[in-house]
Amino acid sequence: MNFLQQALAYLFTADNWVGRAGLGARILEHLQYTAVAVAVSALIAIPVGMLIGHTGRGAFLVVTTVNALRALPTLGVLLLGVLLWGLGLVPPTVALMLLGIPPLLAGTYAGIANVDPKVVDAARAMGMTEWRVLSRVELPNAMPLILGGLRTATLQVVATATVAAYASLGGLGRYLIDGIKVRQFYLALVGALLVTALALLLDGLLAAVVWASVPGTGRLRRGIPQPLLDDEVRLEAEPRGRGVRAREPSPTVEEW
Amino acid sequence: MHYLLTHLEAARALALIHLRLSLIPVVLGLLIAVPLGSLIWRRATLRRFTTLAASIIFTIPSLALFVVLPLIIPTRILDEANVIVALTLYTTALLVRAVPEALDAVPAHVRDSAAAVGYTRLGQLLKVELPLSIPVLTAGLRVVAVTNISMVAVGSVIGIGGLGTWFTEGYQSNKSDQIIAGIIAIFVLAVVIDIVILAAGRVVTPWNRPGLQAAR
Repeated sequence: MNFLQQALAYLFTADNWVGRAGLGARILEHLQYTAVAVAVSALIAIPVGMLIGHTGRGAFLVVTTVNALRALPTLGVLLLGVLLWGLGLVPPTVALMLLGIPPLLAGTYAGIANVDPKVVDAARAMGMTEWRVLSRVELPNAMPLILGGLRTATLQVVATATVAAYASLGGLGRYLIDGIKVRQFYLALVGALLVTALALLLDGLLAAVVWASVPGTGRLRRGIPQPLLDDEVRLEAEPRGRGVRAREPSPTVEEW
Repeated sequence: MHYLLTHLEAARALALIHLRLSLIPVVLGLLIAVPLGSLIWRRATLRRFTTLAASIIFTIPSLALFVVLPLIIPTRILDEANVIVALTLYTTALLVRAVPEALDAVPAHVRDSAAAVGYTRLGQLLKVELPLSIPVLTAGLRVVAVTNISMVAVGSVIGIGGLGTWFTEGYQSNKSDQIIAGIIAIFVLAVVIDIVILAAGRVVTPWNRPGLQAAR
């Protein structure tokens, strides 16, 4: 019953780290699945979120897409993908996009829609074209929320990339899933510990990136924002029919 | 689609297990997070500490936690209890941050009015501030319930029951029909639960209903 000692012994044996099925190779595979899935998610979610946030049209689409994608089970899509398209990078990428797109879409949309309207109007008044308003004014201001979405997306994808191993693919899930299958629980523990370490490491790294992206000097005073599906929760907490807007002070009696 | 229609009985049984594994943690998490969140609300240090702890818990991959938990608590490996404890931790981690934020958002004049009509600190919290934070709580609950349903499905790769077993069985016997049936069943389950929580949130916050503001 000393799985932990066995797992640590395995981790600290140099031989286990090298070779085609060694820990090093598995970590690289895991990172590859994560990077590809997050990159493809970002390529889809960020432009769409920018467009919807900028025009203000189709906000309900963001909420609907986010909800629908989250309700689709990753594992089912992955295994179906492997049966349909065979082994390769496509099935895990498509399956992990289900987790990557929602936070990125919610973050980008919320970030762009939340830029102070006065700032946007000022930019227009200076004669900026719509494209320049979006790329030079709204995008930099929205960057912390977009990168926050990227952080949440990466976290969820890196955690769930483990399931790729079930479909005979690689990654750290090999240890976790094979360990359970052959009842060598210390191997499962090796996988679990490494995935957790990888998640914590990536999350810390991205937290620093988010912090550095806060425009101006405000970041020096503010702490690092924590990713807890914040944007998605906020998106759903808003009353229907109004986009995500900064809270305005409630009107006083005189104004009524 | 055919598979689902010919296996409705099995689907119902699996859906019940699935719901038990994913929703008990939601209820437990809510019961822990609301008092805890209210407690840490006005205590800056405690709040910062809890927030940090919550985000570290949230960073631990669920599949890994299912496997590691038996080392920490006295449960057997591959036991249902591990899933329930792990998902309760995630639910609590998400909600415990949302509660103080929702309380922060209660407008100052509402707080002052409540104090002016004579509510005690506790009465004010229970009867004014917490009810006003229900929309944020509902939003958090929806996210967490749907995420849990998906996580329980993922758990089937390490032998956890529920509708996810259709994925593993279907994959092993090369039946895409069974996998599609599982996807549909879980999707429907998630959407139904999402709508139920949304509707429950609306029912308990009659002052927030659309149309009311326009009529005023």
